Order: sequence, then structure tokens, then C-alpha cells
Amino acid sequence: MTAEKFDAIVIGAGMSGNAAAYTMASRGMKVLQLERGEYPGSKNVQGAIMYADMLEKIIPDFREDAPLERHPVEQRFWMMDNTSHTGMHYRSDDFNEAKPNRYTIIRAQFDKWFSRKVREAGATVLCETTVTELAHDTNGKVIGVRTDRAGDIIFADVVVLAEGVNGLLGTRAGLREMPKPETVALAVKEMHFLPEEVIGERFGLKGNEGCVIEAAGTISRGMTGLAFLYTNRESISLGIGCLVSDFASTMESPYALLEAFKRHPSVRPLIAGSEVKEYAAHLIPEGGYKAIPQLFGDGWLVVGDAAQLNNAVHREGSNLAMTSGRIAGEAIFHVNSRRNPMTKENLALYKTMLDNSFVVKDLKKYKDMPALLHTNSCNFFMTYPQLISQAAQNFLRVDGTPKIEKEKATTAAFIKARSRWGMVSDVVRLAFAWR
Amino acid sequence: MSTANRETPSPTAGRAGMKKELPEQFKDYRHVWVFIELERGQVHPVSFELLGEGRKLADKLGVELAAVVLGPPGEATWHAVAEAFAYGADLAYVIEDPLLAHYRNEPFTRAMTDLLNTYKPEILLLGATTLGRDLAGSVATTLLTGLTADCTALDVDADGSLAATRPTFGGSLLCTIYTLNYRPQMATVRPRVMAMPQRVDKPVGRVIQHKLAMAEEDVVTKILGFLPDNQSAKANLAYANVVVAGGLGLGAVENLQLVKNLARAIGAEYGCSRPLVQKGWMPADRQIGQTGKTIRPKLYIAVGISGAIQHRVGVEGADLIVAINTDPNAPIFDFAHLGIVIDAIRFLPALTEAFTRRLSPHNRDKLAS
Amino acid sequence: MHIVVCIKQVPDSAQIRVHPVTNTIMRQGVPTIINPYDLFALEEALRLRDAHGGEVTVLTMGPPMAEDALRKALTYGADRAVLLTDRYFAGSDTLATSFALSQAIAKVGETFGMPDIVFTGKQTIDGDTAQVGPGIAKRLDLLQLTYVAKIASIDLDAHEITVERRSEGGMQMLKSRLPCLITMLEGTNEIRRGSLDDALRAARSQIVKWSAADAGIEDLTKCGLRGSPTVVKRVFAPTSRAEKAAQIDTTDKSLRDLADDLIAAIFTRQPALEQELAVDGGA
Ligand SMILES: Cc1cc2nc3c(=O)[nH]c(=O)nc-3n(C[C@H](O)[C@H](O)[C@H](O)COP(=O)(O)OP(=O)(O)OC[C@H]3O[C@@H](n4cnc5c(N)ncnc54)[C@H](O)[C@@H]3O)c2cc1C
Ligand SMILES: Cc1cc2nc3c(=O)[nH]c(=O)nc-3n(C[C@H](O)[C@H](O)[C@H](O)COP(=O)(O)OP(=O)(O)OC[C@H]3O[C@@H](n4cnc5c(N)ncnc54)[C@H](O)[C@@H]3O)c2cc1C
Ligand SMILES: Nc1ncnc2c1ncn2[C@@H]1O[C@H](COP(=O)(O)O)[C@@H](O)[C@H]1O
Repeated sequence: MTAEKFDAIVIGAGMSGNAAAYTMASRGMKVLQLERGEYPGSKNVQGAIMYADMLEKIIPDFREDAPLERHPVEQRFWMMDNTSHTGMHYRSDDFNEAKPNRYTIIRAQFDKWFSRKVREAGATVLCETTVTELAHDTNGKVIGVRTDRAGDIIFADVVVLAEGVNGLLGTRAGLREMPKPETVALAVKEMHFLPEEVIGERFGLKGNEGCVIEAAGTISRGMTGLAFLYTNRESISLGIGCLVSDFASTMESPYALLEAFKRHPSVRPLIAGSEVKEYAAHLIPEGGYKAIPQLFGDGWLVVGDAAQLNNAVHREGSNLAMTSGRIAGEAIFHVNSRRNPMTKENLALYKTMLDNSFVVKDLKKYKDMPALLHTNSCNFFMTYPQLISQAAQNFLRVDGTPKIEKEKATTAAFIKARSRWGMVSDVVRLAFAWR
Repeated sequence: MSTANRETPSPTAGRAGMKKELPEQFKDYRHVWVFIELERGQVHPVSFELLGEGRKLADKLGVELAAVVLGPPGEATWHAVAEAFAYGADLAYVIEDPLLAHYRNEPFTRAMTDLLNTYKPEILLLGATTLGRDLAGSVATTLLTGLTADCTALDVDADGSLAATRPTFGGSLLCTIYTLNYRPQMATVRPRVMAMPQRVDKPVGRVIQHKLAMAEEDVVTKILGFLPDNQSAKANLAYANVVVAGGLGLGAVENLQLVKNLARAIGAEYGCSRPLVQKGWMPADRQIGQTGKTIRPKLYIAVGISGAIQHRVGVEGADLIVAINTDPNAPIFDFAHLGIVIDAIRFLPALTEAFTRRLSPHNRDKLAS
Repeated sequence: MHIVVCIKQVPDSAQIRVHPVTNTIMRQGVPTIINPYDLFALEEALRLRDAHGGEVTVLTMGPPMAEDALRKALTYGADRAVLLTDRYFAGSDTLATSFALSQAIAKVGETFGMPDIVFTGKQTIDGDTAQVGPGIAKRLDLLQLTYVAKIASIDLDAHEITVERRSEGGMQMLKSRLPCLITMLEGTNEIRRGSLDDALRAARSQIVKWSAADAGIEDLTKCGLRGSPTVVKRVFAPTSRAEKAAQIDTTDKSLRDLADDLIAAIFTRQPALEQELAVDGGA
């Protein structure tokens, strides 16, 4: 009896899938969304910082009932060596605005909420249902999906692949390549539970204020990587991620890195006495602009992490996922409302719209960054943090050494470690990549 | 016991039960009763454990401890009565009837409720066995009184109310529950949670006999047969003197043999933590802990078990707990008496060997002399 | 035949945390599941329906979010779901719970046909009392078959049922009459994976939601806290033992010496044990 047809099938109920399903369902399309997890969010991992603007474009009044944890009023960037960190803190009361721009979230809860919105918008959502295969007609057009539940093909005019970074379906169907080890990072993350008041005290936060720490340095043992620590209401999320290819060549274990980060004298007091309840590992696409695969074809579109739409430099993924999902939904709706077929030509609208959005523009801006950080990882993540820390110590210790000599010593240390040319080229290349 | 969330009481529901205002009709309820579980001629040891606990409650309240013995006419029933006296009962309420030969809910509920309504005890304790739980639920609902299931501690407080403590929220917390304004106050306790009291030869006690107002025609459910468990293959963990148990730290199903070997060498029963049952490495009747067996051995050796609270509650009654674990911070070391931080896979063969050596006939002679 | 299965949504207690200071439960982020024991009851009910025809209604009493548990039960293949939800039910103990559920079952009977069997799980993992089933049976005057390991046969015309029931020390073979209440033993079957059709139907089904009044409950004093004779007076964390375990020193010792050390430490603490082990075991 299954021979039922939908206007669109969305595979995955993460940020991008939910955005796509919501956008289409709320415009009256008949949408089926399939998620392999026990519930939406059960398999999803994120730091997690969520950017309000992108969600507002989908659900303007989301603040009314979305499970938001804290809104960061303070951001700390740390350069770490083994015993110290050199930091830049930015804290502003301006972030205590009526409609804050960023929130920490817990994906398991947030995705559940988002999914409820999707259902309320009229989509049919099936969890614990894994799509095993895309179904094609004889011309190679995608016409529906098969799942791991007993039953036939479910048909749809168009299938939105929102299956996340692993994207097994898309690669299996030959729509795009497997992500390469040098374009994905492996991140591990833990949730540390602490009473709300304790978190407030330790970070100097009141009410729902939050604090974000992002750290680089010797904690990644010379690999391209970043560690993070975010405050939630009753917990602290912290983790670290490095490129998969780096893990492979250094034989470091992500878990050992995380343990070292937690034991670092700058971090340990922040999480003391907490109870760890969750350990998760997940991939992050880091290939940037150059890794974006073919985004559409006959009867299909790909969005979010599955399309490598992730801005590793700014640690933004969910907003690109939401935005690409929304745009895909709008493009499909546009084609659908003109009663046009979901052909490759018609779906090219998605690419056009995406190119004009911040998603592709941002990724383009940093298109050289991944490669740079990768080839120079040892300098950026080992040498400089140590040098900076030494310089700071040198500067702060009052021991009778004339200041001029101290400065000289610092300069000498930098030059010795990196050579004048090396340093200049690092700066220039970094500046170019950033531009 | 509360099955719903009590943190957010409904705004409209007055906590009427919070204060003790015992209604007139319950004021003459007095004395502590223990239901003696008699099946196929055997008294379940939990009944004696409860008599030990009941004795303490009765003494605190200054009242009598009564045993309730329901059984078929004949020797077994009277033997159970005598044993109840030996374990501390002052008196026994006895119903002898062929309908009570094997447990069925209908006649037992009837017998029990009749006795309770006639003789009015203030406290009734039952074992949290399949039989006890089946009966307790029916009796409490018939009498519309409170029942606290699976208690781990019983006490009476200053105003004479029964304070029944039990695990809640999957064992992570304990709660103390009262039945302030209803009688009798009922509680069930799992086997081996309470210590076995000293048996004293004291064959005399008062007996009050009662009749069952029921005939076989009134009982709908019929017993067609009974298939006893294969005793030799079954674990008798709850009552073993020495228990060795393995946990996930064993790593692989083959390593279970190391635990079994050690158990054999020292004449112990072997058991496991819950994950091993879930993995199908061991049958469910070997699981120790909150949802498995409670044990009270003289010696308990935990091998590769982290000591989660649900495991802990099942073993805390052991006289000596020895933990073998690679992680010096494993919670098991918080409640074990003796610990060794070592890889069990390497260590168990040596330990088994050392025990065998020490307990060999040669040394046995030395010991005896 | 019509079968009612009572299921409860419970916090996944493996993931429960206790606030270190206030000793209260921290619910944030704790996922809920269908009480695992209830799935054995549900599967048994579905099998009976598949064999004898009819319908399976799942029933739960709980907060509005318990709807998730019901929808999941529909995904497994149940035909209808009823959610009994009302703030008057908050704080129910087993007696009050069994009252509300029995009233709702009576109403389900009136509305959708009298049930031949009411199933409950053996026990819940949060309440963990195993008393709600027997309580419902008593209140509805149903025959009570607890700890059922197997339903051997059902004769719908003769209203007869034969089951194997776990009892202390063995299995009872019991013959009884329908309608009856069965609490199902764990490990007796495995919950099925619903088909795509089941999943689609579940996602689209309307869940029947009843307040106390909808379920025909007039006497609210029998519900919730007011209807609960038991009172939770104190909730506290188990105290830890004062001292940690005495550790056997493992530095620079052979396995053999370590084993001897451990055994010596054991027998120092429990001297009587050596004699006992030497007699029983050690062969
Ligand atoms: C440790 C970590 C920290 C991060 N921190 C941040 C941050 O702070 N801010 C930020 O913006 N981004 C962050 N990101 C990135 C962000 O999490 C992702 O970019 C975002 O989740 C991508 O959304 P998505 O919908 O594309 O994929 P996902 O959220 O991964 O969702 C994919 C969904 O598809 C389902 N699925 C997969 N295959 C199938 C199938 N065959 N059938 C059915 N369902 C399927 C999965 O179960 C999953 O639910 C972080 C990522 C990680 C790993
Ligand atoms: C409602 C509920 C009821 C439960 N009921 C029970 C119950 O009745 N009984 C029960 O046991 N659990 C129960 N549990 C599960 C309980 O919470 C724990 O998950 C379980 O006890 C853990 O089992 P474990 O110690 O074997 O495994 P783990 O927690 O994984 O511990 C393994 C241990 O082995 C150690 N180890 C690893 N390698 C080695 C080695 N080579 N040598 C020595 N040590 C090693 C590790 O350091 C670790 O401490 C219940 C849970 C819930 C939610
Ligand atoms: N709130 C509830 N709603 C539906 N069924 C319940 C509820 N509470 C308990 N039950 C049923 O009663 C059984 C025993 O529960 P308990 O007495 O809490 O151990 C469970 O397995 C459920 O089948």
C-alpha cells in the first residue's frame, strides 16, 4: 500500500534537513522527512553555538519556545602552551540585548524542538528510519528512496540530501565523493554537568549570560585544530577537533588530546567537580569552498554538511546548514509552484540562490585558509603559541633584566624558531587567506 | 510508592497526606505482621529476614510481632509456624486450607484481607518476591492503603509511623516514604536486603487460627502444573557465602572463564554486572544489583566492575568486598574494603593459582592442627 | 479481540544525574524512553492481535510529552493510543495511578470495545514497584496473572487462557478466564520493528487525549497527591563509606606475590573464612 508519493523527501533531521523540511512544509508542500536516529538530534553533535539570524529567517519567533541555553556575552580566544594561555577577551553588555545574536544550545534538545516545528508545519517525520538507497528511474533521475523498514520505495518529486558530513547515501549513489581525510576534522566533545550557580560564579555570568572559549596551540600537538569550551545552563560543553589526516599521520588519539585539554591548568579549575555524562565524536567538514561538491541534479539536492558547507575558520556550520536548507526549500518551492519538473536545469536555481547568499560568499573568502593552516600547522599551532607565551612571561616577570634586552630576547626567539622570512611569509599568507 | 514525578505537585492537590491525622477507624490498628511465604513445603528465607526486621520495629513500638502463615492442612504449615517462632514471632495467625496449597492470587488475597480486616495490624511486611509482589499489590488496593515496594531500610519515627526507605530514580537516590493516614502500612523488601536474624529454639508462641471463606468453585484460576527450575544449573547467588563476579572490564566473553575458574577454586558462586547479561554472556539469574540479585556473602570479589550505584546496592550487604580494577578512580573503590589496581586478565590466573595453593589439602592440615 | 497495553514514559535512568548540592534530580537533557519492561507486554499484545485479529490500544497516564511514547508504540504497530493527562494526576502513587488507569480502561472499553486482556509491564524502572498492574486488576475486578513468561493458548469462544507464570522456584501453568490482566515478564520476546506503513500511520495518527473528566473520573480526591496514601518525606543521596578501599601495593611485585598479598589481606580481615573455603572449595 506504500505506493504513496510526496512532493519532497528530506533525508536527515539535522539543522539543514529541518530547515529544508520546514520551509517546504510551511508553504504547503507534502513533505516526508526521514531520520535514522531514535529522535531528531539523538545522533547529532555540535559545540554548540547557534546563530539567531539564520534561524530567524526560518522561524522568526523561535525565541518564544526554542530550548536555548545561554547567550554569550564574553568571548575568549586563547593561545595555549602546556602551562599557560595568552588570551584575548571580549566582553560586552551590548550582548545582553532583547534579541541576542548567538546562543549556546544542546543539539539533542534543540533538534527535537526544531523537528516539532517541522511536524507542526505539516511534514510527516519518521525517526529510526534509515534511508538505505536512492531510487532512480531508467534515465538516472532520482525518484524516491528505500529505507531499512519493510516496505516498498517511497516516491517523491525531489529528494533533499541533508544527511550530514558522512553523506554515505550521496557517495554511494555516485552523486559526490567521499570526504577526504584532509578535508574533514574529527572532533570529540564532552558535556560536563555543573549546577547553574557554579557556572555563573566561575565565569562571572548572571542569568542566561554565557561565555565562549576557543583555544589553539600546543594542545593540538602541532596538528591543525581548535579546542572549545562553551557554557550551557547546567553544563559545560568542551571538545577539540583536528584534521583526520593529521590524526592519521601523528597517531595521536583525539581522546588523549581532550584529556590533556581538560587537565590543562587553565581549563581544569573551570570544570572541577563536574560530572561527565556524554562523550561524542563527530566529523566536521573543513575543506571549505574548494571541497564543495556538485550541489544538485535530476531529482536531488544536497545541503548542509553533506555539501561540505561549513566555515571552519569561524567555526560556523549550523548556520550554513540552516541557510542552505532554507534556500533549497525555497528553490524547490519555486519550481514546484510553477508546476515545473524537478530537473537538473530547474534545480540549478538552488545553486544560483546559494551563490548569492553569505554561505558561498563566506566560503569563497576563506578558500585558501584550510590549505594554509594545514601545510603550516606546526607553526601556527606549536611554534607561535609557545613563542607568544614565552614573550608574555618574559614581559611580565620583573627580574632586573633591562626591558630592552627582554624585547631583544623575544625577537631573537621568534626569529630563531621561524626565521625572519618564515614569519613574514606566514603573516602575508595568513593575511591573504583571510582577505 | 510514587510512580509519577512529585517535584511539581499539582497546584490544586492539597498535600492532605503530609500530616498525620489518623482517622478514627484506624486508631485501634496495632502490632507488626510479617507474611510467611510458604511454597511447596518451604519457607522462603526472606520471611525470616523480615521477622528479624519486624522484631526491631515491634520492640521500638512496644507491640507484638505476628507471623501470618497461609498453607495447606498438614505438617509443612505447622513447621512454618514453628520456624516463625524460632525467628522471633510472638504469635502466628494461621489459615489452613487446601486452597492455599499452591499460590494463587485469589484465595491468598482473600485470606490476607480477611485477616487484616479482622485483626487490624498497623504494619504488614512481605518479601518482594514474585509471590509477595503479586499479593501485596492486590491486598493494598483492596484495602486502599499505601504500599512501599522494595524497601532497603525500615524504621519507626517518633510518632510511631513506619519510615520506609527505598531507592528511587533508577537507584541514584533514596527516598523515605510514609503511609501516615491509612492502615495497615505495607512494605515489601527484597530477599537478602535485610540480615538473617539469629534462630532461637523457642517452639512456643500463641496461635490464632482463622478460616478461609472460599471454596475451590470460587477460584477461577486453576493450576495445571508446575515445572520446578533445574536447581543444579541455577545460580543460588543470593544465599552464597562467597561470590565472584565479572563486569565489562573482562573485555571478552572468553575471559569469563577466568572468573569461573576462580569461583570453582574457592567454592564460590559466580555472577556478573548487568551489561554482561545484556550482551548475552551470562543468564539473567546471575545478574547482581538493583535489577538483579541482592547478595550478602561473607566475601565478594568484583572483577572489572566499575561499581555503578545500581550494582552497588546489590552488594553492599557483603561482609568483605574486594575489587580488582585497572582504574584507581573507579567508584567501586569507594565502597570496597580491599582493592587492587591491576589488569584482571593477567591477575586472575595468578590469584586462582595462589588460592588453590593456599587452600590445598597440605595447608588444610596445617590449618586444622 | 481488543487488547489494552499500559505503557509508561520514563526518564532513561542510566542518564539521570543528581544535583551535587541540592540532591534533586537534574532532568535537563535526560532523554525519556518507553519503560523497557512495557515493550515485552506490547510485543505480546501485537502477537496476539496478529494471531487472533482485533486491535491493540496503548494507554498511558502522564504529562503531555508522554505523547512521544505513545507515538512510538504506534510505530511498533499498535492500532490506537490514548493519553490520560491532567494536572490532577500529578504526584500519584501506585494506588492513585491504578485508580486513574482503571477508570481510563473502563472508558476505553465503553468507547472502543471491552478489552479481553489488559497488559502491563512487570514493573517500571522509575517507580519500580510492580504494583500498578495488580492494582488495576483489583479495581477492574479482572483476574490477575503476573510474571507471565508465555501465553500458551487462548480460546476466545470459551473465554479461556492458559499461561506459564514465573513463580519462586519454578514455572506455574495456569488456566484462567478472560478478561484478565497480565503483567509480562522481561526477556520473553523482542519488540518488532514496525514496517514503513506502521511508521507512516503512526506519524499521522491522532492520539486520543483525555483529561480526568473526559475519562469519566468524577472523584478527583482519588487522584494525584490527594489520592495517594503514601507520602515521600525525604529524598537523599546514598552516603558513601567513610574510607576508601585499602589498596594492595602493586609496585615491583610479581603477580604471584601480589596474589599472595591479596589473599593474606582477605584472611586477615575474615579469619574464619579460610577454614570455610578450605572445607568447601580449594579442591
Ligand atoms: C564538535 C562540533 C562542534 C561544532 N560546533 C559548532 C558551532 O559551535 N556552531 C556551528 O554553527 N556549527 C558547529 N558545528 C558544525 C555543525 O554541527 C554542523 O555544521 C551541522 O550540524 C550540520 O547540519 P546538517 O543538518 O548538515 O547535518 P547533521 O546535523 O549532522 O544532520 C544529519 C542528519 O541526517 C541523519 N542521517 C544521516 N544519514 C541518514 C540516512 N541514510 N537516513 C536517514 N537519516 C540520515 C543523521 O542522523 C542526522 O540527524 C560543530 C560540529 C562539531 C562536530
Ligand atoms: C534502571 C537500571 C538498573 C540497573 N541495574 C543494574 C544491576 O542490577 N546490576 C548491574 O550490575 N548494573 C545495573 N545497571 C547498570 C549500571 O548502571 C552500570 O551500567 C553497570 O553496572 C556497569 O557494568 P560494569 O561495571 O561491568 O561496566 P563498566 O561500567 O563499563 O566498568 C568496567 C570496569 O572494568 C574496569 N576494567 C577495564 N579493563 C579492566 C581489566 N583488564 N582489568 C580490571 N578491570 C578492568 C574499568 O576500569 C571499569 O571500572 C542498571 C542501570 C539502570 C539504568
Ligand atoms: N503512568 C502510567 N501509565 C500507564 N501505565 C503505567 C503507569 N505507571 C505504571 N504503569 C504500568 O504498570 C506497570 C508497573 O508499574 P510500577 O508499579 O510503577 O512498577 C508498568 O510496567 C506499566 O505497564
